[in-house]
Amino acid sequence: MGYMLEIKNLHASVDGKAILKGIDLTIGPGEVHAIMGPNGSGKSTLAYVLTGREGYEVTEGQVLYQGRDLLAMSPEERAGEGVFLAFQYPVEIPGVPNTTFLKEALNAQRKHRGETPLDAMEFIKLIRRTIKDLGISDELLKRPVNVGFSGGEKKRNEILQMAILKPTLAVLDETDSGLDIDALKTVADGVNALRTPERSILVITHYQRLLDYIVPDRVHVLAQGRIARSGGKELALELERTGYAAFADAAA
Amino acid sequence: MPDSAPVQSFVEQFDALRGELPGAALPWLCDLRAAGIERFASLGLPAPGVEAWKYTRLRPLETTDFLPATAHTVNIDHLPTLLPQGGIDHRVIFVNGRLMQCLAMPGERPEGVELGGLADALRRDPEAVGEHLGRIGAPDGQALLALNTAMMRDGLMLRVKRGVSVALPIEVVYVGAAGPQPLAFHPRNLIVLEPGSRATVVEHHIGLGAGAYFANSGTEIRIGEGAELHHYKIQDEGAEAVHVATQHVHLEANALYDAFTLTTGARLSRHEVSVRLTGPGAECHLNGAYMVRGKQHCDTTTTIEHMAPRTSCREIFKGVIDEQARAVFQGRIVIHRGAQQSNGHQLSKALLLSNRAEIDTKPELEIYADDVKCSHGATVGDLDRDALFYLRARGIPEAAARAILIEAFLADTINEVAAEGLCPALMASIGHWVSSATRRAAS
Amino acid sequence: MAVSIDTVRQVKEVTEQTYKYGFVTDIEADTAPKGLSEDIVRFISAKKEEPEWLLDWRLKAYRHWLNMPEPAWANVTFPPIDYQDAYYYSAPKSSDGPKSLDEVDPELLRTYEKLGIPLREQEALAGVAVDAIFDSVSVATTFKGKLEKQGVIFCSMSEAIREHPELVRKYLGSVVPARDNKHACLNSAVFTDGSFVYLPKGVRCPMELSTYFRINAANTGQFERTLIIADAGSYVSYLEGCTAPMRDEVQLHAAVVELIALDDAEIKYSTVQNWYPGDKDGKGGIYNFVTKRGACRGRNSKISWTQVETGSAITWKYPSCILQGDNSVGEFYSVAITNNMQQADTGTKMIHIGKNTRSRIVSKGISAGRAQQTYRGLVRISAKAENARNHTQCDSLLIGDRCSAHTVPYIESKNRSAIVEHEATTSKISEDQLFYCRQRGLSQEDAVALVVNGFCREVLQQLPMEFAVEAQKLVGISLEGSVG
Repeated sequence: MGYMLEIKNLHASVDGKAILKGIDLTIGPGEVHAIMGPNGSGKSTLAYVLTGREGYEVTEGQVLYQGRDLLAMSPEERAGEGVFLAFQYPVEIPGVPNTTFLKEALNAQRKHRGETPLDAMEFIKLIRRTIKDLGISDELLKRPVNVGFSGGEKKRNEILQMAILKPTLAVLDETDSGLDIDALKTVADGVNALRTPERSILVITHYQRLLDYIVPDRVHVLAQGRIARSGGKELALELERTGYAAFADAAA
Repeated sequence: MPDSAPVQSFVEQFDALRGELPGAALPWLCDLRAAGIERFASLGLPAPGVEAWKYTRLRPLETTDFLPATAHTVNIDHLPTLLPQGGIDHRVIFVNGRLMQCLAMPGERPEGVELGGLADALRRDPEAVGEHLGRIGAPDGQALLALNTAMMRDGLMLRVKRGVSVALPIEVVYVGAAGPQPLAFHPRNLIVLEPGSRATVVEHHIGLGAGAYFANSGTEIRIGEGAELHHYKIQDEGAEAVHVATQHVHLEANALYDAFTLTTGARLSRHEVSVRLTGPGAECHLNGAYMVRGKQHCDTTTTIEHMAPRTSCREIFKGVIDEQARAVFQGRIVIHRGAQQSNGHQLSKALLLSNRAEIDTKPELEIYADDVKCSHGATVGDLDRDALFYLRARGIPEAAARAILIEAFLADTINEVAAEGLCPALMASIGHWVSSATRRAAS
Repeated sequence: MAVSIDTVRQVKEVTEQTYKYGFVTDIEADTAPKGLSEDIVRFISAKKEEPEWLLDWRLKAYRHWLNMPEPAWANVTFPPIDYQDAYYYSAPKSSDGPKSLDEVDPELLRTYEKLGIPLREQEALAGVAVDAIFDSVSVATTFKGKLEKQGVIFCSMSEAIREHPELVRKYLGSVVPARDNKHACLNSAVFTDGSFVYLPKGVRCPMELSTYFRINAANTGQFERTLIIADAGSYVSYLEGCTAPMRDEVQLHAAVVELIALDDAEIKYSTVQNWYPGDKDGKGGIYNFVTKRGACRGRNSKISWTQVETGSAITWKYPSCILQGDNSVGEFYSVAITNNMQQADTGTKMIHIGKNTRSRIVSKGISAGRAQQTYRGLVRISAKAENARNHTQCDSLLIGDRCSAHTVPYIESKNRSAIVEHEATTSKISEDQLFYCRQRGLSQEDAVALVVNGFCREVLQQLPMEFAVEAQKLVGISLEGSVG
């Protein structure tokens, strides 16, 4: 069994400005990796490069997903192949009910994989089961995607989508930001429920807090567009004490 | 179609005066005037069939013969000022369109500021004037600006050199002194701010005497790169006056035009502003308040054209219309192709205080670029009944409660005014209007 | 009801061409000579065996039309129309009108089946009665018997002129006078057919009524005239759909629709307009110059217009409400989509005359390609319209940097107790939204369809179910190729 994700010497820029300056990172199946780092270190850029957002230009390097060239795929192909991003700022889509959105997304991915689409009944059953597990209200499903949701509701909604879409590689971009402790636990439970030997998770966070609930196999510090240090879960605790100042200085 | 006699009468006035108008010896100016009168004659007075004049008809011009105003002086000690220092700022006074006095505060006239009358400037340095005059506006369809171009004698000439900042506001008082006969005058103003300069101009239009007059002004403003003009106008013309002001503003990159207009005067007024944002990052604030009653007709027509990327505008006009008055607000925002990442926001709100009052609003968005954010809003109605009841329930008599709410309604446009010291005068002006409105209602 | 992207895709797969309804039916037609003259007007009237008063009315309209200027204020451009270069009458050939569907030319029935509108009642959608208009003539009206039992008259205009002349004479031209505008005036002179509906007092129409318009013959103008009268306390929901073959030359469609709602009556009028829009370079297509107006004559009456406009090369159309009765209500819900070289100048007029009248306008415009779109609306509050209320929301979405979107509202109020509120926004389709959808697995086109359907939801929700599904599909199809 090969790697889930191999990032090799990845350079990327936004509006001509270099943000990622040579990232090397390898994630095996079933592993949970955390990327920590100060603001502006390139954490979100990495998440967008992995999912193919326009405007994030890869200038050098390579990303292999299950041994295939991830960067050659369109955003929807990546999604269909099982790459999921829980957005730091989930986008509001007025007029599109949450359930409609989920059903369209799920069936688009099933179609990509050559599976038959779920009919309305099957889908409703699936979604009922999932929201019960995640403690999400029925009412949230009827509302337009993320419109008028509180910060916590938006993050839970991302986890709901993840639970329905069952990705192979999930990237969580600051999913913990702005959450109170109860919401944080719900989110972590949702993520932990997906932890299987076939699935990998990349948790991007500024704070160590989330890692109390989603315990990572590896922790990496991203600073100035590079992985400045890697270690086990204890590295997160160390950072909590010392802060990122050392990395900012070292790279400056 | 309106009668062609009034047009003919103006054309005859022009023919009689053309030899003695300022700059008669300057060929370029004679050509400019000739083109103006020709255009005016071919366009005629604006008729309701013309979309830009859908709601305003210049009846007094069709029915009254306005004679050209001659030189006239007034006692300036009695002229009100809007500025708190009481006349120690820069102050320029025009009477019936001609310069009467230009006072600059001693010691505060920085190098690089040219301030005075257009007629003087034409005598002293005609080439400098010719560089801009008639070139900033594009008055193709504007008959009254064309007439102004033909007939102009004098007006404000302000030129601020590169990088110069004029700290104190420049107050320009336009006095309309009514005579025994209805008079017409056509002030022409030219304001040129060179790159990086900054100035504040306060226009104050007032009427003396009871008769009719026709103040037909034209204003051209050029704001160079990174320059900043704050331009405030208080229109309090005489009760029988016809006030038409046509203004063109040209902004270059990162320039700012910040304008506010308070309209209370004139029997019939039209305030027409066209702003062109030609350089990236240019910004425009166009705000105003109007309060009309009796049989007043007040028309505000604005066009803001975004012609370069990252330009922005904000426009808020609020009005109160009482008795049998009628107000018109036409605001157009155009985003041209290529003016990406621009934004434009416009709001028009009107209160109708009487069952015979009328408001016609036409806010318009014309968008040719996709990466933009534009909005407009318009509301028309009476005072909020719940708020009125709330105040009365606290023991405030209805008339006072109404006055408080009207002032509050208008006040937030005043808050947009950046010039220090001017806000209290504007608020006082509103307060005065509102209290006299309530008195009139009571009697 | 959610938009089904699968259905959109199926439609795409079934038809290689972009415009699904672009086929031509080969049918023998009875056609008047080309061109327009008093003789043609007389010919049409004679063909339809009309009474003298109607011929006079037509001729008056024709003579007035000759000297009438084209409306020039709309934000659309097109070469002058050569009115002599079109046929003003084309009818599927048959000696007499069909007595029943069995007598209808099977080719015609097949045409409507191709369009998804089965005319045979046993195959028809339950609960929808259809009047099918082919070129200028009504070919079939379904469920007539069932409607007659309730006293509802639903028939072709020609039949109404024969069978119910008193109603036609009383109301025809009473909302849209013959001289209203050049296009309506032409229609008054040469209209050939259309639908007629009369709801007697107190009757709630037991089913949706629907007219399906199809222009088939080449060089033919279509000038139908619809008249709906809802007597006191009645209710009807009426649907209208339109398609035309793909032809290189432009075809004129100048219809007039008049609605009259008496005391406590309600008319809901829905349109899904999908006339051929012309090709990518603006060749061919329908000029859709339509005058639609409803009069809320009675107290507490209500007229609601819902339109989804995706077709036509040029759309010029302002479904309006004259709110005469006290407490009457007018509504206008609109989605207009223009792509490629399409032009649309559309909106509404709400004329408040009665006390406590209310109106609501929701307009969603989407412009893509090199298309040009204008919302033009008038809200007028007359001096007597005490406590009138209007709320207008106009949103425009731009897709691509070569299209344009304009908003031109006129607000006129003469009554202090009235409250009028207007809001408008213009913005581009959000890259953030599209990326979010694509990250969840939707293709770019499906993402656009989903986001735009969301943008239009408030309007689409107003449509009856069968139309809503069709309309959602159309939204996706109309915007195909708009995002690179």
